[in-house]
Amino acid sequence: MERHIKMYTENLDFFYGNSQALHDISIDFDENRVTALIGPSGCGKSTYLRCLNRMNDLIPNIKVKGRAMLDKKDIYDPSLDVVTLRRRVGMVFQKPNPFPKSIFENIAYGLKVNGVKDKAEITRIVEKSLKQAAIWDEVKDRLNESALGLSGGQQQRLCIARALAVAPEVLLMDEPASALDPIATQKIEELIAELSSRLTIIIVTHNMQQAARVSDRTAFFYLGKLIELNDTDTLFTKPELKQTEDYITGRFG
Amino acid sequence: MIKKRLMFQKLSFSMIKAAAWINGAALAIMVYYIVSRGWRAISWEFLTQVPRDSMTAGGIFPCIVGTLALCSVTLFVALPVGVASAIYLNEYATRGKLVRLIRLGINNLAGVPSIVFGLFGLAFFCIVLKMGVSVASGGLTLGIMTLPVIIGATEEALKAVPDTFREASLAMGATKWQTIRKVVLPAAFPGILTGSILGISRAAGETAPIMYTGAVFFTPNLPSSLFDEVMALPYHIYVLATAGTQIEITRPLQYGTALVLIGLVFGMNLTAIILRAKMRKKLRI
Repeated sequence: MERHIKMYTENLDFFYGNSQALHDISIDFDENRVTALIGPSGCGKSTYLRCLNRMNDLIPNIKVKGRAMLDKKDIYDPSLDVVTLRRRVGMVFQKPNPFPKSIFENIAYGLKVNGVKDKAEITRIVEKSLKQAAIWDEVKDRLNESALGLSGGQQQRLCIARALAVAPEVLLMDEPASALDPIATQKIEELIAELSSRLTIIIVTHNMQQAARVSDRTAFFYLGKLIELNDTDTLFTKPELKQTEDYITGRFG
Repeated sequence: MIKKRLMFQKLSFSMIKAAAWINGAALAIMVYYIVSRGWRAISWEFLTQVPRDSMTAGGIFPCIVGTLALCSVTLFVALPVGVASAIYLNEYATRGKLVRLIRLGINNLAGVPSIVFGLFGLAFFCIVLKMGVSVASGGLTLGIMTLPVIIGATEEALKAVPDTFREASLAMGATKWQTIRKVVLPAAFPGILTGSILGISRAAGETAPIMYTGAVFFTPNLPSSLFDEVMALPYHIYVLATAGTQIEITRPLQYGTALVLIGLVFGMNLTAIILRAKMRKKLRI
């Protein structure tokens, strides 16, 4: 089967001030596949993820070297519009962070800021997004209630729905289930499997079982370097490097 | 040993508690003092008539209207400028020399004595800008004095909005301005409102900034434009208590006026608290 690369980075270095957080990271992400980024805390996997939608731009004194490409266009090109980039590359955060607005308004927000004015269209997309995020049945009768009244797991699925509403092509997930209980986690994982048929997903996780369950490919980071990148099955059963094997078998990390 | 430690704890807690109680007691005594001496003066006539007989009789209606007019101008000036400055400092500005300088300016503005604001207002608004002694001059002077309070309250409210809201909004392709306008400000609004009303109610009671710029000893006329001079509650108290010819006779009127003033201020603060509680409930923060 021919591979279609949606996004890739080439020799990406990242600096916070003078300290280098990422060293020479090259990864390609297949379209409509799930790639997991694993590694111990502080290994740079979240920093790397945030390079992919330029969320790190919000931090002062950062520097990026190398290339990061989306559909063969450099996302760090000065002429590129970062607002459009972030619309195309959506993000779900570690802790559920719904706005203090109604459930409906949370989803409609992304549409409104991107210029959708037609009310019927907004209502339609809100329903579609909530259905895609498998939360519609739980919230359809309380769309005008505050999103902060939902449980943590529901809030996170709402945040996924919110990200989906603006029709991103890539979805970055930064440990999306780490703040959730096992049942809510399972629902998020099922959702990832479901969404991967039409979205390129890149997920950072601490949980190696989770990486093994949800992803097609896995990248192992350690101390700001990419140690090993392979098909998930291969990486977890026949890792090439001793370091990877030590980590996935729990000998360190 | 243990006994000694527990004793020390008990002693410390008692002292801390006593310190807290002093606040409540001071307020209670002051309110009691003013209410017990002032309530007899309060009548429908007192609230709705102009002063008569060299201000020894009649009411304080022009003072109430004057104070409300001054506060309106203050709010109108200080709220937009203060909120905008706080947004700039907290959301937009990159940390650097300029921002440090602006902050230094604001902090110093907060420390300037109110009488200096009064003199500045006289020199600048009344004389240089030729606005004379008027609601506009007095309101602007109070407005500048209130700015640091509003900026401080707004910055606190903006800081209390979690960064995760900003990130979530930006990650959906919202611009920075959309994020501020539609996510950050609505979430910060209850705090901004409360802080601002507290600032304005503080300004309502100030005498020094308005005594040269907006308030006059006596005028039977209500202001018909921004460039009219007015009577004001705090200045009226000052005048009755120090400058009148019949200080002893007007004693009940002084307390009555003071009671109306603190009633007005408490009313504003209460409104702020109720509004905040209502909005918080609606937002569920």
